[in-house]
Amino acid sequence: MSWKTLDRNQQAVDPDAPPVLSDAIRDRIRSFFDRYETKRAVLLPALHIVQNTLGHVSWQAMAEIAELLEIHPSDVMNTISFYTHFWTHPKGEKVITVCRSITCEVMGGSAVLDELKQQLGVDEHGTTTDGRYSLVTEECLAGCDHGPCLLVNEKMHKCVKPEDVAKILADSGNDRLSMERSELFDVPAGTSEHALSASSSGDGNIDTTSDVREMRES
Amino acid sequence: MATFEPVLLRNVGVEGARTLKVYESRGGYQAVRKALGMSPDEVVEIVKEANLRGRGGAGFPAGVKWSFLPKDRTHTLLCVNADESEPPTFCNRVLMESDPHQLIEGTIISAYATQSQIAYIYMRGEFHEQFHILQKAIDEAYAAGYLGKNIFNGDFSLEIYIHRGAGAYVCGEETGLIESLEGKRGWPRIKPPFPAVEGLFRRPTVVNNVETLSCVPHIIERGADWFTGIGPSHSVGPKLFCISGPVNKPGCYEAAMGITVRELIERDDMGGGMAPGKRVKAVFPGGVSMGVLSAEELDMKMDFDDPRNYSLLGLGTAAAVVIDQDTDMRIVLRNMARFYGTESCGQCTQCREGTAWMHKIATRIAAGAGRLEDLDLLLETARNMGMMPGLSICGLSDGATYPIETIVKKFRSELEEAIRSQPAGRVDRVLQVLN
Ligand SMILES: Cc1cc2nc3c(=O)[nH]c(=O)nc-3n(C[C@H](O)[C@H](O)[C@H](O)COP(=O)(O)O)c2cc1C
Ligand code: SF4
Ligand code: FES
Repeated sequence: MSWKTLDRNQQAVDPDAPPVLSDAIRDRIRSFFDRYETKRAVLLPALHIVQNTLGHVSWQAMAEIAELLEIHPSDVMNTISFYTHFWTHPKGEKVITVCRSITCEVMGGSAVLDELKQQLGVDEHGTTTDGRYSLVTEECLAGCDHGPCLLVNEKMHKCVKPEDVAKILADSGNDRLSMERSELFDVPAGTSEHALSASSSGDGNIDTTSDVREMRES
Repeated sequence: MATFEPVLLRNVGVEGARTLKVYESRGGYQAVRKALGMSPDEVVEIVKEANLRGRGGAGFPAGVKWSFLPKDRTHTLLCVNADESEPPTFCNRVLMESDPHQLIEGTIISAYATQSQIAYIYMRGEFHEQFHILQKAIDEAYAAGYLGKNIFNGDFSLEIYIHRGAGAYVCGEETGLIESLEGKRGWPRIKPPFPAVEGLFRRPTVVNNVETLSCVPHIIERGADWFTGIGPSHSVGPKLFCISGPVNKPGCYEAAMGITVRELIERDDMGGGMAPGKRVKAVFPGGVSMGVLSAEELDMKMDFDDPRNYSLLGLGTAAAVVIDQDTDMRIVLRNMARFYGTESCGQCTQCREGTAWMHKIATRIAAGAGRLEDLDLLLETARNMGMMPGLSICGLSDGATYPIETIVKKFRSELEEAIRSQPAGRVDRVLQVLN
């Protein structure tokens, strides 16, 4: 999770803004209602659905989810702030998640992370200025038999060496699973047609700043 | 030993094993038919007799846990713990991606035994392929009438839903998992009440690990005596062992318990020995939370009892990672301390503060600004965090102390040596950066 804070004069949610959750998203969230005894229990599925379709969960989206699930917006805040997967501000089209746990570290994962930071020009939690990639680290991804490993969105890359990084970044299909998918959760925003054409037209020169740096400066 | 025939992994590598058709052609879904012909209590009795101890880390007998459910209950819920977040554990992943129907069959039988109407599979958010594989398998089972209303044309009905997590180690703890399922922070609950009495949505709830449930069909099919005949008397049944790190064949292997750590590393049908040029320096044999073994302790038996003889917490997840001679123990120490420092949920003061301080101290040591007294400070912090039973809400706090304590105790001379040989002047510079 990486946060941007609001100052006290800023309005978190503009009451006049149009809703961000489309009817399709709302229907999809509602389709989870009969799985659980409480509506609140649909919160994690709802957050996944919203993030997968809109890219991140904005304050406005949190307020609308709260309304849909008949809970207080602070309940949504409370939950979302606990989990590392949810973004409350825009992330890149693809999120690269590097494992930092023990097997991957012993097998050379830190060098892979350093290489990624260098090639993308971002720090952990940073997003490239062209919006293509965000970089995060996480604890064990349960792929230790193939460490060091990393995820690009949904796709696991195994036994990654620093010299593989450039190739992985250059591959526009680096986040796509080559298997039958279940339709229960939406395709992540990063694999939309738009994103695919954007990333395949990239020239490989990634001009970046880190939003971590941006946050520090502001 | 060499005659051990894999049970849980028998379908791994079989073409199309993820499909219902192939699974059934290899004897699948026979056990559930047999179980549905018995009374639920009979099934519980068989699992109890088999002494199936939980594979998720705590080793509590599954049948006994099931019999804690109140007799007069009307609703029961089953949670399948597929959170698999203990580094470096991946055996549940292998089970789900290679043989999803085995887990579904085990879940149906266990749900029937506990009279649960809904089973939630709590799957960590990082499992994407595994989610699609398992969901496809569940869809197939629904289509075949093995899930849903009146399954197998009988009286029993069961829904299985996958609930996806979102990145938090502590959601693998059973009450953290329950809170997370309810849409809240994954904060473990104070026990009692235990989940069997008051769990998910305040209903009687059973939480079991993926591997535990995957054993159940085989117990029903082949009987409790078959199960108790495998391995030493206190640790029966087939068991999955993970091995990772610089060995020739990292992977997930099945064996009877009681094999030694050395066998797991060396055997040709397992780790296949150390990678060229690598020697063992240390091994975390049961997931990191159980603590570390030195290279002299590789004769430890991987079962529920022997780890205690080596100052470890237990068998844990039976997932071993080998640390080689080229790895600096200060880096390992920092990695451990960071893991618990960032994963502690923060409810209990000694866990929150202790893990955070151990992380700070370990970071300083790894950066080359350690002090000799830091080692005792780490031990003292660990003692204050985990050594008083009942002090913390969940087991993460204990799990955090064992790796730190065993690293410091078993590798003290290496750490001291490293601290002594820190270049002069470095300490001040590092402290400036860290502060
Ligand atoms: C911090 C912590 C994390 C845990 N993570 C997991 C996990 O990822 N998977 C799991 O099956 N059990 C995990 N457990 C153990 C569960 O609390 C529980 O004992 C287990 O799911 C019970 O299932 P079993 O009896 O079948 O082993 C964890 C425990 C603790 C204290
Ligand atoms: S022991 Fe640690 S992780 Fe467990 S409930 Fe307490 S603070 Fe949270
Ligand atoms: S340690 Fe990296 S995947 Fe497990």
